[in-house]
Amino acid sequence: MATVSVIDELKKAQILELLEQGKRLDGRALDEPREIKIEINAIPKANGSARVHLGDTDVLCGVKIQPDRPFPDVGDKGMFMCTAELLPLSHPTVETGPPRDDVIELARVVDRGIRESHMVDVSQLVIEKDKSVVGVFADVVAIDYDGNYFDACSYAATAALLTSKTPTWEMVDDQPTVVEGGEKQLPTSTIPVSVTMGKIGNHIVVDPNGDEWASMDCRVTITTDSDGHIVALQKGGSGGFTQDEINECGDLSIKIGAKIRTQLKSAQEEYVKNG
Amino acid sequence: MGGRDATMVLLDENGIRCDGRKIDEPRKIVIKAGGLKNADGSAYIEFGDNKILVGVFGPRDVHPKHMSNTDTGILRVRYHMEPFSVGERKRPAPSRREIEISKVIKEALEPAVMLEKFPRTAVDVFIEVLQADGGTRCAALTAASVALADAGIPMRDMVAAIASGKVADTIVLDVNNEEDQAGQADMPIGYMPSLKKITLLQLDGVLTPEEYKKCVDVGVKGCEVVYELQKKALHEKYFGNRGN
Repeated sequence: MATVSVIDELKKAQILELLEQGKRLDGRALDEPREIKIEINAIPKANGSARVHLGDTDVLCGVKIQPDRPFPDVGDKGMFMCTAELLPLSHPTVETGPPRDDVIELARVVDRGIRESHMVDVSQLVIEKDKSVVGVFADVVAIDYDGNYFDACSYAATAALLTSKTPTWEMVDDQPTVVEGGEKQLPTSTIPVSVTMGKIGNHIVVDPNGDEWASMDCRVTITTDSDGHIVALQKGGSGGFTQDEINECGDLSIKIGAKIRTQLKSAQEEYVKNG
Repeated sequence: MGGRDATMVLLDENGIRCDGRKIDEPRKIVIKAGGLKNADGSAYIEFGDNKILVGVFGPRDVHPKHMSNTDTGILRVRYHMEPFSVGERKRPAPSRREIEISKVIKEALEPAVMLEKFPRTAVDVFIEVLQADGGTRCAALTAASVALADAGIPMRDMVAAIASGKVADTIVLDVNNEEDQAGQADMPIGYMPSLKKITLLQLDGVLTPEEYKKCVDVGVKGCEVVYELQKKALHEKYFGNRGN
């Protein structure tokens, strides 16, 4: 993993010892995520943006919305794509060059959570069927790392999408052309929230920080929607969960996800209120 | 998602699926241990219309050397689809999807393989999807476990895998390609039946909390069926058909 911090066996042992007493190194409860700070519109030139701190993990998402050619088999739908990248300045072990498998996994998991929730209603993003559609691109970059970039990236993308504004286009001479004064809110529906849980020994911890991330046997990221349904899941890491643990993680993701959803919603409302 | 072909009946009134199966019935699965001459271990699986070949090499020297670990052996997995394995030609270079699947299969196998017995070495698992029809990662993981066992590499357990999912509002076992395209959810599960550990789990699609738990349960039970077929394949190769 590109972002594994150097952690000595002593710290690992200490983390496990504390967990046996139901405690964590940074004082959190086992099911307690770190503080989330959301700064909406951090990049005003983007159509939407958000910078999210999840503890000391720091990520930035910019949304760009522009006309594009539709995929040949789905000419009646616009496009949504979410990418994620770890910047070389985020950690000494991150290298430049083509993305490694862990970064590809990150990007695909973040994309899948938002895509499968149908947050962005792509059927509304058609300029002219089979000819021109609107593409929504949410690109997330990790700026600083202290574990759990999955959730940080997911919250940043969701917050940015919730507050994105899109121009309106119409076809003029077979070309998509911006309609003056046609700017509107990007149509979104549900709010997907991912919750990543790590397994250390026989303990499940929500939102593992950098030290915990480097100590855990495996992890699972579960995304829920506003109805409290589970829409996406990814297990990672070289260990295994029991069926009971997987069920417990499902319940945790719904419970914790609901709280975080409230936070994302109030960030959106506050931003809209202040214009 | 959302049903591309509205005319296809995914589940009829008698509980029969588009390919004639019952809701808890897997596709026809045939596993053969061995088959490749040069590989240290190999397996071939036909999982419905999926055809997948796996070759295992190692434990052997690690190249490049800097990848080697003095504490343990390393496992490397490449999941690769042939250009002709799918409807429209797939470009031969590894896609982002293939890289992700390689990673999740590797992490699903690692808990099963006693890599710590072979420090500074690598075990390479090469998975070639010759024909794909939905559920390739589960079929590949199932075959890879058999190939590792065939290579004589010490293992704690084999990983058996199958997908459960939601089709026409019903939780079903072993989602095929049509059901994946038109269905509501797909949950690939890899499971070590003797150790009772889930080592691969993914989901896309919408499930209520109850459906989620049911899906995991149906998948785990399906893995136990696949596990018997894995053991049978190894038994056939090393002991013939005796006892069957």
